[in-house]
Amino acid sequence: MTEVTAAPPATSPGAAVTRGGADAPRVTGRRRSGLRRQRLEILLFVTPALALMAVFVLYPVFSAARMSLYSWQGFGPMDDFVGLANYLRVLRDDVFTDAVMHNFIIVFASIAVQLPLGLALALLLNRRIKGRGLLRTIVFVPYVLAEVIAGVVWFQLLQPRSGILEQALSSVGIPVPEQGFLGTPDLALATVFVVLTWKYLGLAVLLFLAGLQGVPDELHEAAQLDGASWWQVQRRIAVPLLAPTIRTWVFLSMIGSLQLFDMVWILTGGGPANATTTMVTYLISMGTQRSNYGIAGAASVVLFLIGFVMALAYQFLVLRRDTKADA
Amino acid sequence: MRRSGRTALSVLCGSAVLLTATACGGGEESSAAGGDDNTITWWHNSNNEPGRGFYEQVAADFEAANPGVEVEVEAMAHEDMVDRLAAAFQSGDLPDVYMERGGGELADHVEAGLVTDLSDEVPDTIEKLGGNVSGWQADGQTYALPFSVGVVGFWYNTELFEQAGITEAPETMEDLYAAIEQLKAAGITPLSVGAGDKWPAAHYWYYTALRACGQEVLEDAVTSLDFTDECFVEAGEVLQELLATEPFNPGFLTTPAQEGATSASGLLATDQVAMELAGHWEPGVMQGLTEDGEGLGENTGWFAFPAIEGGAGDPTAQLGGGDAWAVSTGAAEGSVDLVEYLLSDEVQIGFAENDMGLPTNPAATDAVSDPALAQLLEVRDASPYIQLYFDTAFGASIGGAMNDSIALMFADQATPEDIVDATMQAAELEK
Repeated sequence: MTEVTAAPPATSPGAAVTRGGADAPRVTGRRRSGLRRQRLEILLFVTPALALMAVFVLYPVFSAARMSLYSWQGFGPMDDFVGLANYLRVLRDDVFTDAVMHNFIIVFASIAVQLPLGLALALLLNRRIKGRGLLRTIVFVPYVLAEVIAGVVWFQLLQPRSGILEQALSSVGIPVPEQGFLGTPDLALATVFVVLTWKYLGLAVLLFLAGLQGVPDELHEAAQLDGASWWQVQRRIAVPLLAPTIRTWVFLSMIGSLQLFDMVWILTGGGPANATTTMVTYLISMGTQRSNYGIAGAASVVLFLIGFVMALAYQFLVLRRDTKADA
Repeated sequence: MRRSGRTALSVLCGSAVLLTATACGGGEESSAAGGDDNTITWWHNSNNEPGRGFYEQVAADFEAANPGVEVEVEAMAHEDMVDRLAAAFQSGDLPDVYMERGGGELADHVEAGLVTDLSDEVPDTIEKLGGNVSGWQADGQTYALPFSVGVVGFWYNTELFEQAGITEAPETMEDLYAAIEQLKAAGITPLSVGAGDKWPAAHYWYYTALRACGQEVLEDAVTSLDFTDECFVEAGEVLQELLATEPFNPGFLTTPAQEGATSASGLLATDQVAMELAGHWEPGVMQGLTEDGEGLGENTGWFAFPAIEGGAGDPTAQLGGGDAWAVSTGAAEGSVDLVEYLLSDEVQIGFAENDMGLPTNPAATDAVSDPALAQLLEVRDASPYIQLYFDTAFGASIGGAMNDSIALMFADQATPEDIVDATMQAAELEK
């Protein structure tokens, strides 16, 4: 902004010389007023967005950070300053450290499973096969479904005994766990992960398909003329050229996994026996359910920091290549 | 009236992560305490008929009897009310008349100066309600008037009991174990429990503690937060014995309490299990979960939590809780009169006739028409004392820690000592 406003005086003398001295002040005046108008317009259009951002993003972040330093039950004055005690409690709480662990398991499992699966599906759906449009839609539908609705559907499918899934499995002789997939602590997180993969695979496929459209046909043709097989074309051309898209998807997946909440809340509520807690379910149960707003605040700041550091690290270490290449 | 569990609303709120403090629970502004001196705002959760209409009429009658006073009634779903109240407590912008669940929660509100002391305002009504008000007292002062107090016990399906050849309701834990065995032998799942919501599981421990510990020990523990008495460990041991009989519905660790046909209440209502430990709200919940709106209908049976052999607790003491009307600090003039009117013989009789709960005013006892509720009322009034749900009594923070560790015991991941330790640790942090 300041650079833009600094520009007119530098150019206006030139204009003054060609058009004659008397005109000069008027031109600059008009330009100035034009600029002022422009600035006013920018202000007009940007202010609502900034105000919303301040009210709904900056203020809550700030208030969570402030809350984390107090012992506060959600009403009355916030005056019991406890320093970093809430952070100590959060970091020493096994439920929270387990929750962090669950988040990271989901982060890495998502990348390890959804990336190859999504890539394979995208490459497959990029070929000219019968019913391609339909198949693409089917893969993408779960992603379009509201998370809560998908969660409730899966919750019912996974009901022990009466759920369709268990009945189907038992009917073909596959043993099902005594307490159901969601009710067995050792299986619950894996089950949640399967549902998440079902839900979010569509996004990976969609992004990869879009990325594949950017791979020029000539390259394919040239490779084929050189006698490359389909596999070789994919491995040597499609996938490498898809790398920026893959890196972006990994970033989105990572952030999504760290903030994981809705699906877990619907399917298990963090149970059984805290087997599926995530950082967000922890802070919700501490905050809104137990009225330990200070502890919830501390947990949310820790979540924020973990997300922030990972996002920055990823930007610097991985995504920098992409942004540099663009520049 | 129901105890709240996981709700869709908290899901929506939760997904906003950092926004929880400000964005959730807001709702539109309503004229609150101190706004208009002649308008009383009143929030309640009877948002279905006949309760909703009944309270409209009550408000109209009160307005007619008190010219110049206006009552602004807001009926909302229970979960909505809980969320809006939480937001109201945060902002200090409370309705004039609202619901309090008593115990530690109320004590915290009192400490924060948000509730009006009613002791000297309506002494006659307090006396009339007798022991029912004990859950809503702090330091000997009464801060809210309970209009419905219920007790927790086993609701059971009389037909399934018959099928299994059980002729008498269990009176001791041994009887209960025998019944569980008989039901299992008949191919019937004995019990459902919504351990996913934790508090339904916790109710088992509350009851074993109530049976294992004497009244004095419990009363002492509630105020001193000292749980070192041996009986609290014994409570856990008895619960472990019960758990060892594996009486619960498959997947009970993630079963919700009251939502849908696959919830603990739903399983009982649809003949999938024979019994469930639940409060006075259960018939109403089951009616809402069955297509014909009948719940278990005439197959509904109820028996009190069995006695523990050698337990110091009175086997006729019951675990319970309820809802009370409170007046916020600085409320509009006439708010106390409205609360007094809500507990009057007239309103309580109407409340009972509409089967809206278990009235606390003795004058309304005979007006309860639902046989199941009438039976509960008898049990309640015959019990020497009603122990308020521990989580409510201790407040959300300690109660939550307690419930968590009890739920862990249901997953075989906590010992009787762990429950006591977890509770005392949480209590330590409160001091």
